[in-house]
Amino acid sequence: MLLPRPAENILLLKVTTISTIIERLKDNDPRAMARAISLVENNDPASREILASLDRESIKSSLVLGITGPPGAGKSTLTSQLISLLRQQNQRVGIIAIDPSSPISGGAILGDRVRMMDHALDPDVVVRSMATRGRLGGLCASAGAAVRIMASCGCRYILIETVGVGQSEMDIVSLADITLMVLAPGFGDDIQAMKAGLLEVADMIAVNKSDLPGAEGLCLDMEQLFHQRNMDGRQHVVKVAASLGQDIDKLLEAIRSLADQHDLKGEKDRRRQIALKRETLDWALETMRPELAVIIQKLQSDQGCDPRVNAETAITEFIKKNT
Amino acid sequence: MEKINRPYRVLVGKPGLDGHDRGAKFIARALRDEGFEVIYTGIRRTPDEIAAAAIQEDVAAIGLSSLSGAHLKLFPEVVKALERRGVTDIPVIGGGVIPEDDIPTLIAAGLTEIFTPGTPADTIINAFAEACRKHFAAQGDNH
Ligand SMILES: Nc1nc2c(ncn2[C@@H]2O[C@H](COP(=O)(O)OP(=O)(O)OP(=O)(O)O)[C@@H](O)[C@H]2O)c(=O)[nH]1
Ligand SMILES: [Mg+2]
Repeated sequence: MLLPRPAENILLLKVTTISTIIERLKDNDPRAMARAISLVENNDPASREILASLDRESIKSSLVLGITGPPGAGKSTLTSQLISLLRQQNQRVGIIAIDPSSPISGGAILGDRVRMMDHALDPDVVVRSMATRGRLGGLCASAGAAVRIMASCGCRYILIETVGVGQSEMDIVSLADITLMVLAPGFGDDIQAMKAGLLEVADMIAVNKSDLPGAEGLCLDMEQLFHQRNMDGRQHVVKVAASLGQDIDKLLEAIRSLADQHDLKGEKDRRRQIALKRETLDWALETMRPELAVIIQKLQSDQGCDPRVNAETAITEFIKKNT
Repeated sequence: MEKINRPYRVLVGKPGLDGHDRGAKFIARALRDEGFEVIYTGIRRTPDEIAAAAIQEDVAAIGLSSLSGAHLKLFPEVVKALERRGVTDIPVIGGGVIPEDDIPTLIAAGLTEIFTPGTPADTIINAFAEACRKHFAAQGDNH
């Protein structure tokens, strides 16, 4: 089903006030969506009102797919192919592409769009790049909010792309209903390093670059991982060639079928509950952070005092101020 | 450069058909190293694609690079593509191999600033920071 949307050349209202943003979000206005996500990402006081106005039914029925895997495995190329397929099926798609911030400057180059530019002029493909901003908790919170803004604005499918090698980045994946790990031949060391924890995060594995030697072996290897858990490997491992557009339909079919199974078993609800609680905690911490920082700044800096002890003093102070 | 308390988001892209993106990548890295979040769209983009991406990403400024000599056509087209979408508050900065004589024409067409090879990176970064401040000031947001 296609939702109403502004025509490509419509003159968008200047989106400045919160009530205009909320109003324009109902029309899926691209600028209002973008501005809303920024406000949330910056933890602006206005985000509360915006987030409270979102359409809960659309959020509930959306499918959030996490796409992770080592750098260069083909996540963005695969994402772009999945977008093409979903667009052929007339689905509105949201994409959140996450790249790490530089720990030194705090800046980031967000380059995943390069491989998704085929869809740049399609108003039903909403892409948002996000930097980790050096605080993964905060990122989970803002990415989660971005997911819900997109879902509320008619994106039935939301894809989150994130580089996954460290455990911390994989936490972001907890926002997803289904997590797809993208691997490719030639990533032996990365894969060995992840192997132990692979199935804890991945519901499915896409073995990409099936045109390259080694894909078949990798596939069998991965199927074996699922077998060891008494799961059907062939259902969970799909071989694709993203840059050639090969077997993308099979992959999407497998994703949908797993999503349906989760839905029936109540697994989707269960995961979302966990994710929401976790995000709530993230938001709580994010919201207290600025004031806590000020309190800690002013704390009598007794060099001999342990930070753990200081933390408790700061929290006591915080509670006193807020009651 | 003064410290910014939350990263400015900018887009760096390269409209037109020529294939070198050394200049664009250099600026993207320089901006990242000064704490900017840089949405990089790569080479061979149309003005419309750049404008649409800039809106979805809610950037505060756009940087365009051109080496092909098509800047007189392509840079103003990005400004127009933004205007067609109702956007007049995202400053557009241009750079590349651009004859001095063309600069007034580009400024008249709505470009905020034009930089030619040899401009120190600091000057360019400051121009981006200034453009971002202008963008937020226009929104009544004293960033
Ligand atoms: N041979 C082959 N190459 C592929 C395939 N899919 C992607 N590639 C190439 O792999 C490289 C990396 O692809 P990306 O899609 O950018 O990979 P990514 O995982 O998003 O990379 P990061 O975002 O940097 O972590 C590119 O040069 C692609 O063209 C494939 O099916 N076969
Ligand atoms: Mg990528």
